[in-house]
Amino acid sequence: MAVTVFLTLLGAMLLLGFAAARWRRPDDIHSLEEWGVGGRAFGNWVSWFLLGGTMYSAYTFVAVPALTYGVGAIGFFAVPFAIITTPLAFIFTARIWSVAHRHGLLTPGEFARARFGSTSLGALVALTGIIATMPYVAVQLLALKAVFSTVGVSGEWPLLIAVAMVSLSTFRSGLRAPALLSIAKDILLAWVVLSALLVVTMSSGWGEIFRKAGGYFATTPSPNDGLILNPTGQLGFVTLVLGSALSVFAYPHAVTGMLSAKDRSTVRRNIAASPIYCLVLGLMALLGFFALTEGIRPLDGDLNTVMPQMFQKLFPGWSAGIAYAALGVAALIPAAVMSISAANAFTRSIYRTYLRPAATPPEEARVSRWASLVVKFGALAVILVMQPSYAVDLQLIGGVIILQTIPAVFIGLATGWFDWRALVAGLVTGLVTSLALLWDIQQIGAGGVVVKAHFGGSSMPVGDTGMTVYVGVVALAVNLLVTTVLTLLLRLLRIPPGRDRTTPADYVADADDPMIKRLDEILDGLPARPVGAHARTAGSRSP
Amino acid sequence: MARRARANRIWYLLLVPPAVAPLLTPLYNRIEPTVWGLPFFYWYQLMCAVLAMVLITVVHMATRERRHEWQ
Repeated sequence: MAVTVFLTLLGAMLLLGFAAARWRRPDDIHSLEEWGVGGRAFGNWVSWFLLGGTMYSAYTFVAVPALTYGVGAIGFFAVPFAIITTPLAFIFTARIWSVAHRHGLLTPGEFARARFGSTSLGALVALTGIIATMPYVAVQLLALKAVFSTVGVSGEWPLLIAVAMVSLSTFRSGLRAPALLSIAKDILLAWVVLSALLVVTMSSGWGEIFRKAGGYFATTPSPNDGLILNPTGQLGFVTLVLGSALSVFAYPHAVTGMLSAKDRSTVRRNIAASPIYCLVLGLMALLGFFALTEGIRPLDGDLNTVMPQMFQKLFPGWSAGIAYAALGVAALIPAAVMSISAANAFTRSIYRTYLRPAATPPEEARVSRWASLVVKFGALAVILVMQPSYAVDLQLIGGVIILQTIPAVFIGLATGWFDWRALVAGLVTGLVTSLALLWDIQQIGAGGVVVKAHFGGSSMPVGDTGMTVYVGVVALAVNLLVTTVLTLLLRLLRIPPGRDRTTPADYVADADDPMIKRLDEILDGLPARPVGAHARTAGSRSP
Repeated sequence: MARRARANRIWYLLLVPPAVAPLLTPLYNRIEPTVWGLPFFYWYQLMCAVLAMVLITVVHMATRERRHEWQ
């Protein structure tokens, strides 16, 4: 029963993805603006679902409960992290929307280039983004694999078919496919959350669940798990929350969804309402404790299967099928958006900058389409050919290194003070520091045995205090120090900074802004025209 | 005009509490008091999400730009 419901729903979803090409069909999908950000025309509702579909992925819904199941309070870090991003996003996403709208930007790399006047900085940011995004796609597919193995559909074929279907629909429809799928996914997900709450209510209730879970954590040998944080664990928790929150503004896929919004108010309204997703995430995280007290055991020791296993044990068959489908689609949507973003980053900051400066809009769209296929099948190859744990390691490293682009893309939104040479030096130092620190982290198993000698986690010990700190934040601090000192030095030596092509007004522009103008160099093939007082004609693509 | 811009900026201070509250672990790293059996650690953070929603909505309403104001 569960399998039938699951396969039917998943099949229906994939057909929906294909239908998306016809939905709000533009006059011409053969430009990167249409394919890559849905023509920047999504309204309130579509933007809202796409935001949830991208940021709250299956990996989140599978891995976060798996963490609370495994270690308790520390696993809850995703909730404060998600909350902190909302006030930050309210200010910064609106700014990036405006500047991107005025200059026709699609990715953080292009922004860094326009702000600091350096193609190499732009390419470096784009490259870091692509490298960090690839394993992120891979862990989404791992989550999907966990669902498949719980359902009992084993082997590599189902995964291959699902990825092929989604790749084809993305290839055809671009961002429209994941946008339409997000709506369907959220309906399924709402059902899952409500029925899970119902199941918990009909069971012993939260008081009993936490009593049992607390008792369980007290019996484990590890000092770091429990219902609340260990006193020495607080620094690690806070730095992890902070680092993860900042990285949201650096991943290319994170901005893609919001750039597709039709105006500034749509962005602001959506972010004001986005803490609803934090609440859903919080409820999912609490389900990890429920799974623990219900005696759910992961399949083959893979913690990712805890959630699917719980649905199987506690839900009626058809309802479990809906839950699997929700998780499955929640894996495929971010995979699609991430591959689109990584492809755009490649096309705009590398292909167009270095390989074919004269690329036309149709050519850009074509390159992005093929690049998105490469990203998805590359990620699939990683999890099929290599050990799954390898993909998780890469994702961990990706989360740390993407933080190193924060000075250029996030702080860059607030100020253009940094010099691009200093930013490049800071970014490279940050990347090297990240890798060196991560390499040294060991994973210690029960009884003090070293399980993994390298890349054993993302928290590094602080001396002998017993405290830990998130590596990404440490590397970012080194990065910022280098960037600031070098910028000061370059200013003292009176070396002229790169040209900032943005103006303060660009950061508050709205859709009806008659000053819409775009950088000729990164323009979608529109003819160059005078910029300034004489160019005050309405933008050709503003609604 | 300038005074209004400054008044607008003050509204943005309301964004500070939801950004800071989830980071104050010494404040909320405790079990008691529980609500519906949920330890304080968990329901405090869920309340932070509600707080974020309310305050951001207030800021959005208060600082909404009138169209064509720049002209």
